[in-house]
Amino acid sequence: MDTAAVAALLAATIVSGTPILFAAMGEILAERSGNLNLGVEGMMLVGAVSGFIVTLSTGNHWLGVFAAVVSGGLMAAIHAFITVTLRGNQVVSGLALTIFGTGFSGFLGKSYQGAPMFFSFKDLPIPVLSELPFVGKVLFSHDILVYISLILAFIIWYFMYRTKWGLTIRSVGENPQAADAVGISVSRVRYFCIMVGGMLAGLAGAYISLAYAPTWQENMTAGRGWIAVALVIFALWNPLRGILGAYLFGGVEALTYWLQILGVNISSFFLNMFPYIITIVVLVMVTVRSRDDAASPEALGLAYDREER
Amino acid sequence: MPKLRLIKREEDSFLARVLVPVVSVILAFVFGWAFLSLSGYEAGDVYSRMFKGAFGTYYALSETIVKAIPLMLAGLAVSLAFRMKLWNIGAEGQIYMGAFAASGVALAMGTYSPFIVIPLMMLAGFTAGGLWGFIPGALRAYWHVNETITTLMLNYVAISWVDYLVFGPWKDPASKGFPLSPIFAQSAQLPNLGDSRVHLGLLIAAVVAIVFYLIIQYTRWGYEVRVIGESQEAARYAGMDVARNMLLVMVISGGIAGLTGMIEVSGITHRLQQGISPGYGYTAIIVAWLGRLNPFAIIMVAFLFGALLVGGFGVQLAGVSFSITQVLQGAVLFFLLAGEIFMKYKLAIVREEAE
Repeated sequence: MDTAAVAALLAATIVSGTPILFAAMGEILAERSGNLNLGVEGMMLVGAVSGFIVTLSTGNHWLGVFAAVVSGGLMAAIHAFITVTLRGNQVVSGLALTIFGTGFSGFLGKSYQGAPMFFSFKDLPIPVLSELPFVGKVLFSHDILVYISLILAFIIWYFMYRTKWGLTIRSVGENPQAADAVGISVSRVRYFCIMVGGMLAGLAGAYISLAYAPTWQENMTAGRGWIAVALVIFALWNPLRGILGAYLFGGVEALTYWLQILGVNISSFFLNMFPYIITIVVLVMVTVRSRDDAASPEALGLAYDREER
Repeated sequence: MPKLRLIKREEDSFLARVLVPVVSVILAFVFGWAFLSLSGYEAGDVYSRMFKGAFGTYYALSETIVKAIPLMLAGLAVSLAFRMKLWNIGAEGQIYMGAFAASGVALAMGTYSPFIVIPLMMLAGFTAGGLWGFIPGALRAYWHVNETITTLMLNYVAISWVDYLVFGPWKDPASKGFPLSPIFAQSAQLPNLGDSRVHLGLLIAAVVAIVFYLIIQYTRWGYEVRVIGESQEAARYAGMDVARNMLLVMVISGGIAGLTGMIEVSGITHRLQQGISPGYGYTAIIVAWLGRLNPFAIIMVAFLFGALLVGGFGVQLAGVSFSITQVLQGAVLFFLLAGEIFMKYKLAIVREEAE
């Protein structure tokens, strides 16, 4: 492979990693507050379809993104109500959200199946920087949402580790009893994190239907929501490590696609398995290495019941 | 000021346990009614088509049972893992692996007597599904790797594997390009019951349900599974081998799901084909939860969801997307989860002096 091909492959890596990054950041936020939301795949699908429909009917992809963000947030609100207010089982509620979202998106998108998107996000090369040899092509010649995802990762990291609000969120995820005792509203913090997490998942979906593969297909997220959930563990609940992980998974996806184009003598069915197998392998490696579970929020997955203090 | 408050129940309320799932299903259909109306459909018409599609004729009813069989078995499969709070959402992939292995036996030895071929297919299906449960089970039991993600990822791998076979080496030359394996010999096909497509798998599901019930209620191992599900710490304290039991439960859970795949290819399609399970493994999760993990309740709930699937095909003719069935499934689960609070708490009016 020559330099240009390598640059193109790396650029494709970043684009493939972007939806996973958006979704993983959202999940990091929710899990940091102590809530496990396995509905990422469903929220992404609803985001993808609502973003697609709104963009197609208004001609404005920013309105589409807005719709996706709102619908992702509303989906997450259902999960928040069930798991925070009613203290229902987080795993099952997340699964319900995914099943519901899959059906709901398929229902809404039925008449748009396979329709092309004319108003997709176009590449927006950054002046000067995109002229740089190699790096310009890899990093600075993408659509605007790619830049936003990176900036957002830094903002969320700063918010989480350098602000009082971030400390509040982390304390709710580590020890809700103590947080409650100092006057923090555990449910309010969790609602906030779950819903912002859902908004990011919706955005991740919109990225797929409006930029990555500008069309609507039933189930077009193809498990990326689940990969994002796995990525959170890989990232040790840190958004900056999330960037690394997202591009790792994005790289696997881009590579799979490339090998297919290059006509490598492996059945495409085996290449399709690749990202999922890599996800398992990476998950195993990370889990084994951090045996003590130190990175995981202490109260993750547990409903908070004041009376059980 | 009298106030409505939730009070923790001292003991399980049988009434709440039965009433909550029933009311959840009713509320989900009410929600679906509103949803369909808002989308511009005649909800009453859609529901009546759904009902007729599922129960209206002898054939419809038999199809409902046909669809209920894999849901019963897969529901039982995941319920066992759920009892131990192991979130096996990989039944879908385990079904595909079971279907693959059973088809391998059928294609290789279809000419032998059915009394040899069928048990071998069952064994192969159980083993392949069990292996698909063993991998995430071992990773979870010994290395603490999150089983939700591994089981789900393995679904995609299994589906791609079956696709590879039916598009590639196992493709029937006579299939004119369709992704189908050759049809099995007669001796590799499960016999039908009567003149319908309902097959022996129904009895197999019933037997599995009874065995599950007996094991869970009356054996020492069943007791261990229940204890570990309640509290791993307590189980360890009592000297139980938690890791080994986790692994065992995942293998059996995967194995039963694999058996589901065997029953589908042997009883219904009589060949391996693409999309052998249209999401039975996922619907099974709802079936198991709605049945409160009780084997006999799971059988009944599976019947209801079989009807929903068959009814869903019926409404497609009226231009309604099949996705409506998933919307309803998701809604059932939401209402059920929301209602579970009434199993743990009771609503009471309390007069409070001051907070």
